Amino acid sequence: MSSPQPGAETGDYQTPPAVQVADLHKTFGDLEVLKGVSLTAKTGDVVAIIGGSGSGKSTMLRCINMLELPTQGAISIKGETIDMKSDGRGGLQPANAGQLRRIRTRLAMVFQSFNLWQHMTVMGNIIEAPVQVMGVPRDEAIARAEKLLDRVGLSDKRDVYPAFLSGGQQQRAAIARALAVEPEVMLFDEPTSALDPELVGEVLAVIADLAREGRTMLLVTHEMKFAREVANHVVFLAGGVIEEEGPPDVVYSAPKSERLQKFLATVQ
Amino acid sequence: MGPELRSWKEPHRLVLIGIGIGIILLAAVTMRWDWLPRYSWRLVEGVGTTLWLLFLTSVMGFMLAVPLGIAQAAGPWWLAGPARAFCTVIRGTPLLLQLWLLYYGLGSLFAQYPEIRDSWAWPYLRSAWPYGVLALTLSFAGYEGEVMRGAFAGVPKGELEAGRAYGMSPWTSFRRIWLPRAIHRALPTLAGETVLQLKATPLVATITVVDVYAIISRVRQDTYLTYEPLLLLALIYMMLTGVLVMAFRWLEAKVPVKGG
Repeated sequence: MSSPQPGAETGDYQTPPAVQVADLHKTFGDLEVLKGVSLTAKTGDVVAIIGGSGSGKSTMLRCINMLELPTQGAISIKGETIDMKSDGRGGLQPANAGQLRRIRTRLAMVFQSFNLWQHMTVMGNIIEAPVQVMGVPRDEAIARAEKLLDRVGLSDKRDVYPAFLSGGQQQRAAIARALAVEPEVMLFDEPTSALDPELVGEVLAVIADLAREGRTMLLVTHEMKFAREVANHVVFLAGGVIEEEGPPDVVYSAPKSERLQKFLATVQ
Repeated sequence: MGPELRSWKEPHRLVLIGIGIGIILLAAVTMRWDWLPRYSWRLVEGVGTTLWLLFLTSVMGFMLAVPLGIAQAAGPWWLAGPARAFCTVIRGTPLLLQLWLLYYGLGSLFAQYPEIRDSWAWPYLRSAWPYGVLALTLSFAGYEGEVMRGAFAGVPKGELEAGRAYGMSPWTSFRRIWLPRAIHRALPTLAGETVLQLKATPLVATITVVDVYAIISRVRQDTYLTYEPLLLLALIYMMLTGVLVMAFRWLEAKVPVKGG
């Protein structure tokens, strides 16, 4: 842990926000996908990020753990700002690979298409990062993984390869993999978009369970009803900017902007 | 259908096995095999040489193929270019030519320099074995480099991305995800290429390496027999191929990946 850095702290001095994104820009070629997005998630917050396709919501989430490199802006996790430097082509790149890897182990991502490692069993997937990246002893990692498998309801699948699981089971295994690194923040990138409708429920149930125990989560989703139920803060992204944000009841019941009104009308 | 369902007890297999045994019995009864005991030990040695050559060149060739593949799949142009050129040249020229260029070309070049002739390395450089190993290794590397290029490129990006997202260094991600996934994808092709490599080994007999083919040639010269030694040679290669294919099948079955 480094000391809180200038610009990273807001509000309470003792506890810096879990995630702070400041003036994030991202350009793909000529297309500016993010046009200055700022966002703060306190510890324990469940932030739902909604918006139409192409609104930049996935890109924003992927910038937080630097799977996409921002063109401009700053990202802090628990008060530690990710070191970035110019890449010489008008964008940014990580300045300190070791710091970035360390920060990434505190952020766990759940992907739309699961991205489980296909050559490892479910158990292998779950213990991989703890053992190989964080240096947790194998026995200890396995013992913890068994508890996690129990929690996501996959105890009987521990030695099965991902290809032999349903989409819902794969995503639950991926959530167990994310929990195994004991993350401070969980990032969900459209976790149910690739699932058959009848499998969505089992995954949402696991996510809702995590939200209830006070985990800090950022959730990009198309599941409007679910977002309203689990989130304590909803961010509506449109055209690369935050058009509107607030508590779910306010955002859903009394949308102020015309874009949000239209968006809610089309998805509900 | 899994391999466990394909039993040798199916009727058409029993018929084929019967025909096979019949041919062997017919050959044993009607042909001349009295030379066999005299050469049996040399044949065993020859098979040993062939297998050792196959093992050595496949393993070393594969170790070269990994960097050749990754350079082409993800390397900068100044690495990808030479790697691609190497694979193209190796795959575009006959192995026999490569073997002779190394043995008669490089070998005789070395002989012109007294410094080399007087050095400790000369006893090795004078013999045919290193040139045979080198030529077969480079050949395997050339073909496998191309296979590994495709295998590396075909590993789903999302799995590598997951590695990065969980804090893996490039080396950890390569060692734990990219390489094992690529090898697994390449295994079926690798099995075929290794069988081809086995059947390329007799070429070294042309530069005086004594493998099983060279022993059989010797039998033919000594006994003036044609069919018997060649049929035995065919049987030996088929059995070796069978063992190789089964070994690779076993490896592939260890990690079942659907449509991987």
